[in-house]
Amino acid sequence: MFRIVEARFLAPEVKLFRIEAPRIARKRLPGQFVILRVHDHGERIPLTLADSDPAAGTITLVVQGVGRSTRLLNALEAGDTIPDVVGPLGKPSVIEKVKTVVVIGGGLGTAIAYPTAKAFHEAGSHVISIIGGRSRAYVILEDEVRAVSDRVIVTTDDGSAGAKGFVTERLAEVIQSDPRPDLVLAIGPIPMMRAVAEVTRPVGIATVVSLNPIMVDGTGMCGGCRVIVDGKPRFACVDGPEFDAHQVDFQILTQRNAMYRAQEKTALESPPPAAASTAEVPAGSPGEPHDCRMVRAIPELDGVWRTCPTPPTAPVSGS
Amino acid sequence: MAHVPHASDCPRLRFLIRTAIPTTTFTPMSHPLSPKDRMKIPRQPMPEEPPCERAHHFLEVNRGLDAAVAQREALRCLECKSPRCVSSCPVGVKVREFVGLVVAGDYLGAAAKIREDNVLPAVTGRVCPQETQCEGACILGNKGESLAIGYLERFVADYEIRTGQTGLPARAPLTGKRVAIVGSGPAGLSCAGDLAQHGHEVTVLEALHEIGGVLVYGIPEFRLPKDIVRGEVANLERLGVSFRTNVVVGPSVTLDELMKEEGYDAVFVATGAGLPIFLNLPGEHLCGVYSANEFLTRINLMKAHEFPAYDSPVYDCRDRDVMVFGGGNTAMDAVRMARRLGARTARIVYRRSAEEMPARAEEAKHAHEEGIEFLYLTAPLEFVGDAQGRLTSVKLQRMELGAPDASGRRSPVPIPGSEHELPLQVAIIAIGNRGNPLVPGSTPDLRTTRHGYIIADPESLKTSKRGVFAGGDIVTGGATVILAMGAGRKAARAIHEFLVSGSW
Repeated sequence: MFRIVEARFLAPEVKLFRIEAPRIARKRLPGQFVILRVHDHGERIPLTLADSDPAAGTITLVVQGVGRSTRLLNALEAGDTIPDVVGPLGKPSVIEKVKTVVVIGGGLGTAIAYPTAKAFHEAGSHVISIIGGRSRAYVILEDEVRAVSDRVIVTTDDGSAGAKGFVTERLAEVIQSDPRPDLVLAIGPIPMMRAVAEVTRPVGIATVVSLNPIMVDGTGMCGGCRVIVDGKPRFACVDGPEFDAHQVDFQILTQRNAMYRAQEKTALESPPPAAASTAEVPAGSPGEPHDCRMVRAIPELDGVWRTCPTPPTAPVSGS
Repeated sequence: MAHVPHASDCPRLRFLIRTAIPTTTFTPMSHPLSPKDRMKIPRQPMPEEPPCERAHHFLEVNRGLDAAVAQREALRCLECKSPRCVSSCPVGVKVREFVGLVVAGDYLGAAAKIREDNVLPAVTGRVCPQETQCEGACILGNKGESLAIGYLERFVADYEIRTGQTGLPARAPLTGKRVAIVGSGPAGLSCAGDLAQHGHEVTVLEALHEIGGVLVYGIPEFRLPKDIVRGEVANLERLGVSFRTNVVVGPSVTLDELMKEEGYDAVFVATGAGLPIFLNLPGEHLCGVYSANEFLTRINLMKAHEFPAYDSPVYDCRDRDVMVFGGGNTAMDAVRMARRLGARTARIVYRRSAEEMPARAEEAKHAHEEGIEFLYLTAPLEFVGDAQGRLTSVKLQRMELGAPDASGRRSPVPIPGSEHELPLQVAIIAIGNRGNPLVPGSTPDLRTTRHGYIIADPESLKTSKRGVFAGGDIVTGGATVILAMGAGRKAARAIHEFLVSGSW
């Protein structure tokens, strides 16, 4: 069990968590992720680490509530626990001192880009950060990013904060200005990363993106997270998650991420009554429903969960 | 005294195990039949769920013998002076002795006898390829059918679970030595059990959230109920083994840190192969193309077939055409699982013929009975998808058998002009695994082969790094549960020797 020590909303549906996980906190490097399960029947979801504090033994995650699992996670508060957190997984960002680096964070991507910006800053690079969001409320971690950047450009789609427009427009300006950046790191929604790649490709500036395919185990065992990079299949969990933006096939990534769209909709909108398959199995021993957290977040699910067979009592050694 | 929960407390487990407990007690006796009479008894068949029903549920196919049938089967044993069944068992189960105890009606004693050499009898009784090991060596097989050792093993193991009186072996006095085992699959569990008996302090580290490795994520419920695995894990806990989930050795903690900072005296690496091989064909990225590992993990571990009661989804197989590429046991598991998920057609596509197919005969037979179609001598060329990137069909090619290749099997040769296309919505690739890179990648002084398998001495299982042993699929490549368990035992012996002598 992993205890949450801090939980607060940064933007609508976007929540920051500090979680006790000393082992992960000690090893985490920028660019790495964890996989967690929110409850006993939960799926394994990958989330990139936003920060860690080895002294306090905590890791920081920033979560956007989009699907069932992330919304459930966002219903948790300080003091609650998460049953499974595993990591740090994936290869860390390659941080080497370059003269000028542009770090682009789109929406939630800012939280993931922040540790890398910090690392480049500490390595002595000139860091230009471009952070964007739909509107002022969706621009997150601005102060944190400011502290590790030499220059910060804020953009919003509606102009409610910073310049109106997309991060790519600001990037095009930065590229024209002096000094010309040596490296661009872009993290955010797939269309944004794809657009950034197209801005830097003609001028030949090295560009890195952090990909977010669907994963199960996160250790290379299932191959579900395969992405096409330079025409070859690569596993984002062990070969990535960061890849050369100019070589990534974003269309295939988009299509694979939409693989379970119908089920995701089902999960969110209309939890059906108890699944038929559970009815064939004799009901589990009576007792507390194994996780009331689910019900707290999505009250409609109450009936479903109470009829699920309870998993066998956790074995204990001795008495 | 507080009630200690046991696997048999679970109502589901009680439902699954249909072993009858005899009401009369048997007294030990000498063998009641002459060898001639023993050979007149036919091999007792395994009762099975009817194919038409089991293709629609996830309950175990083999129901298990009841006591009377097990007795009759056990009576067939000729009690050889030097039993070949024992020497051909990778873990050396004392077959003759445990079968004798079954004849005598001492089922718990029989189970305890197996446990002396095998920490997972209820598992191996179900998934071992006995026909190539103990039963393959049985002298009865020369003239007729061999003794059903696997059925008997399963019978006594289930009997033990049913009664809740597990005859755990005694544990030697604590030695104060600590061993970390990386991976909780069959190799790791078997090694843990043996080392704990030697009195060492054993901690098993598992990357996933559940203990059991391939036994929980790979082998389906209908071949190996997960409650059986949990029960065996609980027995190991009683033996003093501790388990830690959510630890990926490599990224979370390295081998060096385990030994230098966390004070482990030795480490056994048993991570399994765990890096699926794909066919490297056009269209393999399409939605609906899975590795067998992913397909089986989504269902066995994540319970995707019970979506949305469980959160993980899997591609809807209902009224879809499903093909599994490959001919091993994993391919059989995947295709039979697809059938149970409601596939319209569930087919095996294998590029050689039935004769070369590596799957166990029993698995292929069960698959046939469940309406699985086999496309032998056929190989895929390309996966075709629609505008949304979803798999719609596959281009295939017929093969014929040519000269034997390096493996000794006749190699398939394409027949020109035999290309054809079939509709397909779900493809599952089951052609094996390479070595997982996480442990070797974080341990520079650990030597590996070019396929990523760890190099270990075949006898002592010592690696190139002092204090580190490796065994199971991460050394041999994909094999069977019992071979992994054999490696676990071997490692336990070598580790014990190393801990006692201190010499490498």
